[in-house]
Amino acid sequence: MMQKLGDFKLPAFFNYPPYFTLQPVRDTREKQIQLWKELILDYCRTQKVFLVLLEEEFPLFSNPVIERSLNNEARETFLSALVSEGRAEWLDKGHRKCLILWHRIQDWADIILGFVKDNGLEDSVMTVEEIRSGIESRGTELHGMDRTILMRALKLLEHKGKVAIFKGTSADDEGVKFSV
Amino acid sequence: MASNNFFVPASVTSSGRPVLVPNEVECNLLSNVDIEHDQDDAVSSPLKSGHFILTTHRLLFLSSSCSSTAVAIPLSAITHIFSSKRSLKSVFHSPRFRFQVSATPDNRILDSDPGRVTGLRSVVITVVVRGKGDWELFLSKMWECWRGRAWETTPSETGPASASASASLYASDGSVRMVGVGGLLRKEQEMWESTDRSLQEAFQDLNALMNKAKEMVMLAEKMRQKLLAGSSSQSNSANDEELGSKEEMQDWLLSVGIVSPVTKESAGALYHQQLSRQLADFVKIPLERAGGMINLIDVYCLFNRARGTALISPDDLSQACSLWEKFDVPVMLRKFDSGVMVIQSKSHSDEEVFGRLRALVTKPEALRHGISASDAAMTLGIAPAMAKEHLLTAEGKGLLCRDISPDGFRFYINLFSEISLDDLFLVKDYGIYSTWVKASSASG
Repeated sequence: MMQKLGDFKLPAFFNYPPYFTLQPVRDTREKQIQLWKELILDYCRTQKVFLVLLEEEFPLFSNPVIERSLNNEARETFLSALVSEGRAEWLDKGHRKCLILWHRIQDWADIILGFVKDNGLEDSVMTVEEIRSGIESRGTELHGMDRTILMRALKLLEHKGKVAIFKGTSADDEGVKFSV
Repeated sequence: MASNNFFVPASVTSSGRPVLVPNEVECNLLSNVDIEHDQDDAVSSPLKSGHFILTTHRLLFLSSSCSSTAVAIPLSAITHIFSSKRSLKSVFHSPRFRFQVSATPDNRILDSDPGRVTGLRSVVITVVVRGKGDWELFLSKMWECWRGRAWETTPSETGPASASASASLYASDGSVRMVGVGGLLRKEQEMWESTDRSLQEAFQDLNALMNKAKEMVMLAEKMRQKLLAGSSSQSNSANDEELGSKEEMQDWLLSVGIVSPVTKESAGALYHQQLSRQLADFVKIPLERAGGMINLIDVYCLFNRARGTALISPDDLSQACSLWEKFDVPVMLRKFDSGVMVIQSKSHSDEEVFGRLRALVTKPEALRHGISASDAAMTLGIAPAMAKEHLLTAEGKGLLCRDISPDGFRFYINLFSEISLDDLFLVKDYGIYSTWVKASSASG
């Protein structure tokens, strides 16, 4: 009998009550943190979740079957562990909004380059919105990705001279000129 | 060796307290005492620097370095107590007092009815008091006890109590006799009498003291000045003996109260030492009952209940416990990280407790819902507060982990170490993780 969140399969230890209490003993706590990091990344990757808000309901952080949920300290501890490994970023000083990077920014940049090559877009111009939701990106990991993360990856490419970012025709969209 | 044969051997408990005979009560104690006797063949090593305990029946000498030497002088053998000579010399030398005892022809102290032994000889025993104890009080108490002839009253007076008393630990100690209604009444009576007496004496003493006080202080001050002057001038032959007597003199002056602080501590130390040994003997049975570990607060209650009237303060108790480190006793004081203090027998091992906790948390019901401190307390047969300490220690060792929820604070077997990081869904066919998976899915 496998418990599920939507189409996400949950591991057996999700029903282990101590999993939801921050463990005070060092060795135990380290293992607990690692298990949480893996589960959060796994879930976010498969469910395409980019942003976790501490004060809002995040399905992983509570288990109605055993009536347990993580307190804020535990939530922040686990997300901070991801941040320290470059797998997440706090978007605010108060550590309430967390951007989850199941691919690191560098990996996202490589995916963009792969996408450009696969579609023969080496010298083309696209808007940022087109990359996120255009026909070309459909079926790739870029489709529907978080705009903040996409911009970070594009900035990294710009820094390396692979793209040029410029103001687009509409006020809130930017153009990207690839020069791979 | 010969001197040990001369005296009657006395038995002591494992923590170095004397074992008393029925109806025997401890009356006074002097520390750092040497005992010499004037036998012709007394080239033997005399008894050096030990505790000298006066009881209603005996004088006991316990070597303070190791409890191996313990001898007794029955008060019944004493034929005469010499009144101590007072001289100027006695101020500068260790005080000593002497008494005479009967000895058998084969050079042993008389330990039975003198009527049956012929050819008795007299031996003079000298007690040299090197410590700062009140030896005059000791001597007067010794007079009282000797005259009291407590050894002549038959022990059968106590009747059935003595039979059961041998089972109770406290029977080996004099202070138990003060328990029960009889004890209370007797104590009350004694207190009234002594209050009455001391009230009468107080006024006499007070006047005498007032008369002498000024002289005494002046004398003491003069001596101190002389000593200070002596230590600065180097013309004196500064041999060890003189140095020793100077120290003694300083101590003596301190005890008079010229410069006050040390005395109370030095007197108190001995009290706590004896209390400590007595406590070590006392806790053995409660410890066994409590499974090898008992809360300090519980001991405090039990100990004071057993003492009946002469209660000790919590501070006395903690001091007595902390002295155990210095003695070879089978119990120890243990402080948990939380600050809870317990008394633990040295044979008591955490491993055994962990074994029982492990058995408890791996039962199917405990796998599903964990255990609380009171569950553990019931299984281990100890107080919940103690059980919680054990649970926290086991958690620290990685055996258990905690679950805090609105349902309370519970402990589960630690599964974290068995869960694979490479495959979060992997549950091996063996091990506690798979046992837990089976148990928890059976419930839901």
